[in-house]
Parts: sequence; structure tokens; C-alpha cells
Amino acid sequence: MGLLSDPNRRQVLTNLLTRMNTPLCFMCYIAGVSWFMGLAFEPFILRMYTSENAMGSTMVDENFVYGDRALSYAREFSAHGKKAGEMPVEWLVKTMSGLGLETHTQTFSRTLPFPDEIRERYMVKGTNVYGILRASRAASTESIVLSTPVGIRQNSQAAGLLLALASYFRGQIHWAKDIIFLFNDHDMIGMEAWLEAYHDVNVTDINSSVMEGRAGSIQAAITIEISSDVVTSFDISVEGLNGQLPNLDLVNLFTSFCQKNGVLCTIQGKLPRLDGETLEGYIHSLHTMLLMVLKQGSGKSQGDHGLFLRYHIEAVTIRGINSFRQYKFDMVTVGKVFEGMVRKLNNLLEKLHQSYFFYLLPSLSRFVSIGYYMPAFGFLILILLLRALDLWIRLSKVPISTQDCANENVRPSFLSIMTPIFICHVMGLALYYVPLLCQGRATDHFPVSDTEAVVLTSIAIYVAGLALPHNTQSGLPTELAAHGWMTLKLISVLYLALLLGCITLINFSLGFILAVTLIPAAALAEPAPHSASLCCLPLHRTLKALFLILMSPITILLMCIYLYHELAEYPITLLECWQLLLQAVAESILDHHLYSSIVYPFVVFFIYPCWLLLWNVVFWN
Amino acid sequence: MAASLVLVLVVAVTVRAVLFRSSLVEFISERVEVVSPLNSWKRVVEGLALLDLGVSPYSGNLFHETPLTLYLFHFLIDYAEFVFMAMDVITAVALYIVADDFNKVVFRKQRIAFEFQKYAPDVITLVRTPKEMYHIPLKVALFYLLNPFTVLTCVAKSTCAINNAVIAIFILATVKGSAFLSAVFLALAAYQSLYPVALFAPALLYLAQKHYVLVNLHSTTFLLHLLKYAVMFLGCLMVIICLSFFLLNSWSFIPSTYGFILSVPDLTPNIGLFWYFFAEMFEHFRLFFVCVFQINVFFYTLPLSVKLRDHPMFFMFVQLAIIAIFKSYPTVGDVALYMAFLPMWNHLYRFLRNIFVVTCMLISSSVLFPVLWHLWIYAGSANSNFYYAITLAFNVGQILLVSDYFYAYIRREYHLIEGLNLKSKDGKEAHVVLK
Repeated sequence: MGLLSDPNRRQVLTNLLTRMNTPLCFMCYIAGVSWFMGLAFEPFILRMYTSENAMGSTMVDENFVYGDRALSYAREFSAHGKKAGEMPVEWLVKTMSGLGLETHTQTFSRTLPFPDEIRERYMVKGTNVYGILRASRAASTESIVLSTPVGIRQNSQAAGLLLALASYFRGQIHWAKDIIFLFNDHDMIGMEAWLEAYHDVNVTDINSSVMEGRAGSIQAAITIEISSDVVTSFDISVEGLNGQLPNLDLVNLFTSFCQKNGVLCTIQGKLPRLDGETLEGYIHSLHTMLLMVLKQGSGKSQGDHGLFLRYHIEAVTIRGINSFRQYKFDMVTVGKVFEGMVRKLNNLLEKLHQSYFFYLLPSLSRFVSIGYYMPAFGFLILILLLRALDLWIRLSKVPISTQDCANENVRPSFLSIMTPIFICHVMGLALYYVPLLCQGRATDHFPVSDTEAVVLTSIAIYVAGLALPHNTQSGLPTELAAHGWMTLKLISVLYLALLLGCITLINFSLGFILAVTLIPAAALAEPAPHSASLCCLPLHRTLKALFLILMSPITILLMCIYLYHELAEYPITLLECWQLLLQAVAESILDHHLYSSIVYPFVVFFIYPCWLLLWNVVFWN
Repeated sequence: MAASLVLVLVVAVTVRAVLFRSSLVEFISERVEVVSPLNSWKRVVEGLALLDLGVSPYSGNLFHETPLTLYLFHFLIDYAEFVFMAMDVITAVALYIVADDFNKVVFRKQRIAFEFQKYAPDVITLVRTPKEMYHIPLKVALFYLLNPFTVLTCVAKSTCAINNAVIAIFILATVKGSAFLSAVFLALAAYQSLYPVALFAPALLYLAQKHYVLVNLHSTTFLLHLLKYAVMFLGCLMVIICLSFFLLNSWSFIPSTYGFILSVPDLTPNIGLFWYFFAEMFEHFRLFFVCVFQINVFFYTLPLSVKLRDHPMFFMFVQLAIIAIFKSYPTVGDVALYMAFLPMWNHLYRFLRNIFVVTCMLISSSVLFPVLWHLWIYAGSANSNFYYAITLAFNVGQILLVSDYFYAYIRREYHLIEGLNLKSKDGKEAHVVLK
């Protein structure tokens, strides 16, 4: 208690905080960023290990031999698909029933809020087909899902493989869990419809028919995407909706079977390297980790598996890649990998829960757990807290003589702070609701498509928000200037810290991306000092404003898109980047409405208003 | 002032009415922070259904409200939303009058102290003026009605709102000096949720002060006063409990309400300290630790009543806070009740040391509650430790808040007597240090 109540010691502490504030903040930023960069260095982080007992100790041997059958099914599937012009539902039902599976179909329909131009769909109607292989050894209380998104052109090999696996599994006696073979139409929309119907909930206004057959609680799911007869490697993607990740043991399971069968496996399309300690090796894993951070931060599901995670089902998407490498694997090896994985999952006694749920993967052999990466964020958030403390100390140091007159101004100052906060949040609400409401009107008056109308209106409202400070400050009493902006900054800095803290717990990558960019902006935002000479005032202000714009949410998105393509070794020009930005905005709005992803509303309702508050601080008179 | 109070009431009722009609009701009434097994509306409805079927509502392990509440809603079930809004309004108005009355008392005491020259000469900045005290009652009402915690409690129809109303009326009766009404409502409050028994001490001291009884355990007048109040309180409690017995014709409500509160069998997570601890503990230590945890609530009453003998209103506030922190099934409604008293101690602001840190802690942990709950229960990626960490942070924040106010109060009293600019023996400026 001595430290808390002794005024001398407190004085020392506060003096230290105010005098050393800027260097401390700077050091924290450097520490945070370098800690994060250090996470990719292999000697610093943990090696992967399987925690789940039921999967670690048991042996399975894979005898899958139906490779040719898989390919013939695939050919038949694509032939029937071409004939029907859509998913060959009847053929699938017939084939699966013929294999002895309990086969059901499920129809669904969904109208998108506006047309999806990338996938060219607006009013979606589709049918999911799924067959349940009933376990011979247990009641149907638990199941494993093998799924593939099917279209006309893509994934026919995966569909063939699934059918071949079904026919092979049918003859085996090990099964203690039902196995569901799911062919979902219209990729994620179909998957969402199926999952909602399976769990008998309706969270996203999708219309779907009643589910006819179920197989108990789903323990794990694997989504397979293969579009070639032979593969050179497998790529695994783990990032799900809202940045949720499956249990790390599922990733371990995949790597261990790839190793057992000698198949090359990659993550983020990056080959594994053995020289983790060297500089090249480090840069390689840093690239891999940054790619994961960017993908996870987008909050988009990187495959159909992402929707399972919301229902407490561990799931991954595995893609077969056919590149120019010489050594290729046929369907027999591919089938063996999946057979082994399903066999091990079949051994599970309880849901996967032993291993980590919060991690980053710089490679498939090492992982960064939450305890390792959180300090990086902790250092960054410390800057905001230091800034807030500094402001608080400066605010409470108002001399006593002026406190009497300040007392009378308590109410106007309270109101003058509330006005910008209120207006900024109204801007956020407008940004959320207006684009979709006036989509029809925009297409009537301007030569743009529906999607463009929504995106461009959003950007217009976003930019319009920047013009607001000139409106809000005129209504404010000027004598409270210094007091006012410090209070507003204090509030916005704490608000930002709270928002970042919350989102980091849910989606670390998004939180970290926002923290790295927004925190310097927040720490540096302040109006031009009154002592500055007249000629230097506009310059000062312009510099601050430019820096803030550089760190605004939409510029962050632009930079992320650019960085992503640089890292993925697919560089793009600025114009393409702009096109991709428009697409990304449209997609995030669609993701929110279709799968209730939280990234878009979070940015629009909270981050954007908070950033506008900082903008207000810069333009405070 | 009355006009502003009416305005605040209208705004508060509107906010609640809008929320009652919104889609958030479902979400709010499921939040573990807002409703506990003791006061959840779902359970009240279940109890009513059981009562209508002729089954004793206490026969299962579901209903833990008192029989009187059950019968209250037996008649008012169709007007439940109005009842809860009315409860909040009653609480706010009662607290408003309490603050108003208490202001007058403080002012009179201060004048007497000046006339008898009890205060040091240089404490003019510490003296409270009618001008700064003018808005306090309104602020108290505002703090209660527009506190998000209260709004959530009301929208979730947690019966905690009723407990708060009863306690507020009890405080009002005490402040007005009516020993009988005070005892009646204290008995009702204790009957409702047991813990308000601890408020007996501050009420007794307040009434003694009001009736100019010197607080001294050797004086017969004080002992008589104590006896009178105790008899009235116990008598009322007996009457109410017997009434409950006659309503149900069985004593089964005692184990399933008070037994439930005291032995903490339901370990649903909440904002309190009990659930995690008892979920983790070896079963054979349970009884011992239940006793330790429960005694904790009442442990501070005696030392506080010695220290705050002359400041029963502040004592009341501290005791309410202690109950809200250490009770077995706390909800945010309990927190809201003592937070409504904070504007009454506005003048302590200059002596508060950690108010900034504590405010940040309380706000951030109340926002993090739902986030970590989501991660634990829905996403399945976090676990109970994450949630409990926030519970701990929230409670530490509350404890720091109360101890900060306590320290500030004591320090102000010290400065009033000793003077603001203290000199040490060698003539230098001195500081007050708590060690």
C-alpha cells in the first residue's frame, strides 16, 4: 500500500511516466513488432506434437486400393455433370445408394443482398447430397464428415475419391462412428445450409428443406478439393470464419499421414525447409506466418471447413496441388492419406480438445502458441495505456485556480465531448445501412452495377466522414480547446485499446494488424500546437492528417492486399490493387450477410468511428 | 429539479420499453452476468407453472425465489414488464429522496461543526457548498436508472431489481428516521436475499444518530435502542417467514432458498468468486471453504461499524458494495445499486488515488465478459480459466474502488480536523501515508 499512497513515490512514478512517455512508447512499439517478427524464428518456438492420446499411440495401416475406381467415378461424375449442366444429383444419389449408403438430398435457396460478381451468383438455388455410412460397431451418436464442394468444372476428382473411399469403407469393419460423405452445392452457401439444417438452427435467413437423416454429433470434418488425376503435394488451410482455427491436433494428424505416405505437404503454398536457423529459412517462415496472419485477419473462411468451426466441429480443408514437380502421387496414395486420417479420427474417444486452439503456423513443423504471441500485442497495447495515463496526468494537473471556472464548464465540456462521439457512431451506422438501402437508387442514376453501387456508396460515405470535423467543431465552445482535445483523445485512446483487446482475443491476426497500424496513428494524433507560427500550422496539420489517412482502416486494407500479393509471389500493380480492394469490400459485406462474419460490422461500427474520433482530435481548434 | 427527475424517468422507461421490444431480450436474459440461478425470470415462470399445476415449486432443484415473490408474480405475471420498470423507477425515486435528505443532514452537521469550531481553519476548500450538492440527488437517480447494468437487469427481468427496490425503500425509511418501517423493509430485504442482514448495523447507527442516541455500548439508551430495533427486525422477519409458510403450507422453501444461497450448490459461472473455486476444490474441503467464503461477507461489518460509527451512510454504501462483491450469486444488478451511491461522494474526488485505473479495469472487464464467454462456450477455443481471469479482474477492480473511496473518506475526515496543510515536527510540509 505504501507505493499507492505515498505521494512522493507516486510523484516519482508520474514524473517518470510523463517525461519518458514518448521514448517508452517508441520502445514498446519496437519491442512489440520485433517480438512478433521473432516468432517466425524456429529456435524460439515449439515443435509440433500430438497431444491427443487416442490419436498418438494407436497404429493404423492403410490398404486403400481403389485408385482407378476413384478416377472412373470422377469421369462419370463430370460427364453426368456436363449433361445436367449442374451438379448431377440423381446420379450421385443412385451411385451412393448403390454403394449401400443411406443417401439423402437437401435443397436450399438464398437470395444474396447484392450480386456476387466474382462467383456470378445472385439468387442461389442448389441441392446438397449426402450419404451416411452407418457404423457397424456403435449406435449413430457420433460421426465424421468428409465433404467436397462440387461444381461442374471443379473437384470432380475429389468427388470421385469420396465415392471410392465410400465403397472401400463400406467393406471395412472398424467403424465406430458414422461417416457422412457430403457433396455440397455452391460451396460455402451450400455448406452453411447443410450445417444449419443439420443442427436445426437458422442464423442466416437461408431457406432449406428439412434434414431427413442425421448421424449424431459431428466430431471432425475434412473438406477435400482435388481437381487433377495426380497430385504433387497437399496444401492444408486452417483459417476459418472470423479467424477461428481448428484444434492443432487435426493439423498434426494431417502432417503425420503425409509423412507416413511420403507425400509432400505445404501450408500457405510454401514448401517446408529444413534450414530454419539460417536467414533464408527465417525469411521463408516469416513469409509463411505473415500469409497466415493476413488470411486469418481477413476473417474469411479459407475453404468450406471454416463454417464447421462455429459448430464446435474441428475441420480443415485439404487441397491437392498439381504443379510442375516431377514426382507425382496417384489416387491410391491420396486415398491412403485420407483413409488413415479417418481411421484415426474414428479412434477418438472424445472431441479434439487437448491441443491448442490459438496458434500461428510459420511452418508445418513448428507452431506459435497464444502464450508466445500475446506479449507482442501486449507491448503494443501498452503504448495506448501509457498515452492514456500521460493524458490523464496532464488533465488532472489543471491548476486549482482555474478549477472553479472549469467546474462551471463541466456540462458543456461533457456535451462537447459527447457530440463528436455521437456523430462518429452515426457515421458508422450510416456506413452499415445506407449502401444496401440505396443500392437500387444508385443503379438508376449512375452507370454502375449493383455490386459497384454498394461498394462505391460505402467508400463515398467513408470519405464523407472525413469532412465532419469541420461541422462538429463549429458548435463547440472554443475556450475549452486544450482541455477538450485531451479529453477526447483520452476517450478515443482507451476506446481503441478496449476494441483491440476484444478483437485480439477473438481473432489475433486482425487485432494485431489493426494494432500495428492504428496504434502509432492514435499515439501521434493531436492538434497543431497554438504556439506554432501561422505558416507552419497548416503544414503541421497536413502532415498529421496525412499520417492518419495513411493509417485509416481502408488504407490498411489496401496495404494488406498489396502485402499479401507480394508475399504470395504474385505481385500486382496499384490499379489491380484498387480493383481487388473493391472486391474485398464487396466480399466482406457479402460474408457478413451470408455467413454472419463479424469483421465488417466490427470495423464499421467500432473501428471506423474510433478512427474518426482521432481525426476529430487532429482537427480540434 | 423535479422536472429533471421526471425527464430522467421518462428517458429511462423509454430505453427499457424499446429494449423490451427489441430482439436483444432473448440474448440479455440468457447472460450469466445479468441473471443468476436465484433471480432468473425463466425460473420464476417455471415456479409459477409448477404452482399452477399444484406441485410444490421447491420440489425440484429449479426454483429458488422466495414464496412472496412467487405470489406477487402469480397476480402480476401479465404485467411483468411494467412491474420491473416500476421497480427501477421506485428505486431511483427512493434513492433520489435519500440523497436529498442526506444532503440536508450533511449540511446541518457541517454547520454545527463550524459553530463549535471543530474544523481546522484552512479547510475551506474541503467544505461542501449547497451549490455543488444541489445536483447530487439527480445524479444519483441518473446513475441508477441509466447505468447499463441496471438497464440489463431490468430487461432480463431479473428479480434482483425487486431486491434493489426493497433495499432502496429500506434506506429511505432509515433516512427518514422511521425505525419501524426501516425494520420492516430490512426484514423484507433479508427475507429476499439473506445478505442484507449485514445492513442492520449501518441502519442501527443511522437511526441512533437521527434520534440523538449516543453510540456507546455501555449506555442503556443505546442498548435499548439496539434491542428495540433488533426485536422489530426479527419480529418482522418471523412474520414474513410464517406468512410464506402459510402460503405454501410447507417449510420446503427454506432449504431451497436460504440453503441454496448459503451452501452454493449451483456452480454456473457468474461474476462472483465462488463458482470457479468450488468447482476446482476437493469435495471434502467444501464445507470449510463455504463457511470461510460466507463469513467473508459479514466479516467486515464489525470493524467498519467501529471505524465508521459517525458516518452510517458511508458505512451503508461500503456494506452494500461488500455484499455485491462477496455474495454467492452476484449479478450486475447488485453492482449497479451501490454504484448509484457514487455521486454522493463526489467531494472525495481529490483524495481518490486510483480512480482512473479502476474505472478502466471495470469497463474493460465488463466488455470482456461476453467476449470470453463466447470464446469459451460457443467457439470452444478458450476455457473457463479465461472467463475466471476476467471475473477476478472485475472483482479486484470493485475492491480497489471501494477501498479507494474508503481511504478518501477517512483522509478527508482527518484533514477536516487536522487542517489541509500538514506540518511535520520540523516545520516542513508533511504527507499522509497509509502503511
